[in-house]
Amino acid sequence: MMTGVPLSWYLILSVVLFSLGVAGFLFRRNIITIFMSIELMLNAVNLSFVSFSYELKSVNGHLYTLFVMVVAAAEAAVGLAIILTVFKNRGTLNVDELNSLKN
Amino acid sequence: MDVILFLAFATIAVVCGVNVVLQTHPISSAVSLIGVMGSLAVLYLLLGAEFIAAAQVIVYAGAIMVLFLFVIMLLNAGEETRRGRSRLVQFLGLPLLVTLLGLFSYLVLRLFPNASHVRFGAFQGGTPAKFGRVLFTEFLLPFEVTSVLILIAILGAIVLARKEIE
Repeated sequence: MMTGVPLSWYLILSVVLFSLGVAGFLFRRNIITIFMSIELMLNAVNLSFVSFSYELKSVNGHLYTLFVMVVAAAEAAVGLAIILTVFKNRGTLNVDELNSLKN
Repeated sequence: MDVILFLAFATIAVVCGVNVVLQTHPISSAVSLIGVMGSLAVLYLLLGAEFIAAAQVIVYAGAIMVLFLFVIMLLNAGEETRRGRSRLVQFLGLPLLVTLLGLFSYLVLRLFPNASHVRFGAFQGGTPAKFGRVLFTEFLLPFEVTSVLILIAILGAIVLARKEIE
């Protein structure tokens, strides 16, 4: 009765969330939404780290997840500061209009 | 019970994840992302990662997403303006994405056909005590390097947010 959930289900959930993050990153035009898609991808990778940690009966995957969280926090702080500066200087959040490197 | 909990929270995570991508207003995306992170915390708990589940709620859903919401409110970001997409994206975007999803799923199913079944409570290694022991012995150097990274990030954020770029 109590067979539990196959580990591959967790991994497939991680794959689905990662693909959604890729979709958001590629299809959205708002720079903040793109940034949130990156966070979604990081979360998906964290889930696979924790799943493998369960499979290997080792706590190391949890530690990698913690480091990913720390890097995500640092990345969010710096990235949002960059977004604030971009908005102050250009007055837009649309990545299509941030094209000064093109010409 | 495990299967029911997994299916319920996996469904919430996927629905909220789709919502993150489909919503045009950044606030709606951010709130959906908090839903994803909350349900992932429950899944971490099912996998025996108690400390990570707590950190997920406190650091991700608490700190990082509040930072996002503050910035969205500060910039008064409105709805995304739709612009004409290139034909390449229109015709190839979704099929390529489905291909990526299928490829990854195929790899997972191919590489781990007889992986163990996840039962709540079968893995007890994720308690804060065991986690901390490994963190402060085996992973002490990465831990200390991380503090330097955070210091640099703080300084960078302050400098970036203050300076006017001509």
